Amino acid sequence: MNGLGWRRHFGTGWLLGVFAFFYLPLFFLVVFSFNSTRQDSVFTGFSLRWYQALLNDTRLVEGFMLSLNVAFLSATLATILATMAAFVLIRFGRFKGRTLFNAMLSSPLVMPEVIIGLSLLLLFVGVERMIGWPERGTLTIVLGHALLGMAYASVVVQSRLKEMDRSIEEAAIDLGCRPFQVFFLITLPNISQALIAAWLLTFTLSFDDVVISEFLSGPGVTTLPQVIFSYARRGVNPSVYAAATLLMLVVTLAVVAYGVYTARQMRQGQPQRSA
Amino acid sequence: MKPFLNQWLQQRGRSLVLGIPWFWLLLFFAVPFLILLRISVTDMGEGLDPFAPLVQTNDGEVTLHLKFSNYVSLLLDADAGWGQTLYVESYVLSVKYAFWTTVLCLFFGYPFAYFLARSAPHLRPLLLLLVMLPFWTSFLLRVYAWKGLLADQGVINNILMSLGLTQEPIQMLYTDVSMLVGMTYVYLPFMVLPLYANLVKMDNRLLEASQDLGATPWQTFWLITVPLSRSGIVAGSILVFIPCLGEFVIPSLLGGAENLMIGRVVWDEMFSSNNWPRASALSVFMIVGVVLPLAWYNQYVARKVEQERLG
Repeated sequence: MNGLGWRRHFGTGWLLGVFAFFYLPLFFLVVFSFNSTRQDSVFTGFSLRWYQALLNDTRLVEGFMLSLNVAFLSATLATILATMAAFVLIRFGRFKGRTLFNAMLSSPLVMPEVIIGLSLLLLFVGVERMIGWPERGTLTIVLGHALLGMAYASVVVQSRLKEMDRSIEEAAIDLGCRPFQVFFLITLPNISQALIAAWLLTFTLSFDDVVISEFLSGPGVTTLPQVIFSYARRGVNPSVYAAATLLMLVVTLAVVAYGVYTARQMRQGQPQRSA
Repeated sequence: MKPFLNQWLQQRGRSLVLGIPWFWLLLFFAVPFLILLRISVTDMGEGLDPFAPLVQTNDGEVTLHLKFSNYVSLLLDADAGWGQTLYVESYVLSVKYAFWTTVLCLFFGYPFAYFLARSAPHLRPLLLLLVMLPFWTSFLLRVYAWKGLLADQGVINNILMSLGLTQEPIQMLYTDVSMLVGMTYVYLPFMVLPLYANLVKMDNRLLEASQDLGATPWQTFWLITVPLSRSGIVAGSILVFIPCLGEFVIPSLLGGAENLMIGRVVWDEMFSSNNWPRASALSVFMIVGVVLPLAWYNQYVARKVEQERLG
């Protein structure tokens, strides 16, 4: 019995230790965003000056707006493309080049981002030389993020499509639905939760990405992570800590809201569909 | 118009749904890769041209310029000999970091996932959420925070000094320590989640049987639990090792001049030396270095599936 008690303490200790490791940097960011001086080793007093500095920092604010835009567009594009690709893979059976299709679709999952960025850069530069378009900027970043996001999103959508009950689709066909009607009236509502999950996943991927943006952005176009990356290389900047704290607040609120929402749904006895 | 559109959709629907993702993948995945290959076998261009043309027409005479010098220069240094180049060195260094990060993630992640899977069932969703939560806040910011924590005048050194454990600040930032802490920190969830998924499904009766037959908890763990979770270990290790190999942000922020990983070298070749052909050759080299372990892994999974079907 004594040995079991020791093991339980050890287990709790290990869990707490690793959780502390996970949360130490987040804790650090929050605490030092409220510091009254620029240094980040001693807490000298509470102040909100870095939040004020953040609001006046046009680079950070503009980067944030651009990142929102880019993430929204690329997540939407990636989810649409991923849904088509997942549908093709799960429902079309065997078709010519399926292996190649699947390989190209999922390669970005394992390809170093540096290589995705570089090869797309070479493509865009080549096309721009030929036809004078597209200039590197928002569009090229969106396309790059969409390529990466599509790989992740298609994993999510594929797993949902696989487990979906096909008999409802068959019933719709028997009742005279055309394939497109079946898709929009039956399939899409059934996989909607997976689509939302995929969209959120690709949104965060894009919002967080620095490597592909660094390769594909043009002059004057810098996403939030790029601004943070350039500040980070220069040294301490508590405005970044303030930005981090606000971002964490938003994420935590979103997660809590989602938790409350699902808890309420479960209490109401509505069947839960897993994404 | 509408019936016509409907009819057209019906006839062309399948090819349309198939065609759009095909077109997208070919344009943004296959073509860029071919361009990469093509540039990797040419010389640097003259003047403003970043790379030389592959095919040149001179008075109706077509010459094909196919150069493997970029690949050779990756491996061969004119003075020091084969394998003595910056590129090989940084590749070996990247493999080392990826390897040690995987080992560290396994060391911290396995017991973590194990105890997580053994925790009270009603606590598990919350604990899992707590693992994922940092994952949803910017990766860049979390790495940035380590910079402040590990600096010479940083929080950790201050605490160590005020506790009297050290007189001088220990240099951790821009060394192997900061590199490994940063990479382990970022990739630990990638190890924990597949391990957890595997361990939580484990059949408890097997563990009970082992106990009934007189095995100590320690023996049960090593002889039953660990071998049964092998597929989780392999999946987690792959998920950590592969992205570590091409890591770019962490060495840029937490690494010093010596901690040059291959991703950084590609970047420098491209934007500092403007040597597009060499950056391309290096990328092709890297793809091979990533694809080989993955091919091995796929084979492993395929064999596993086959075994399960037979067994």
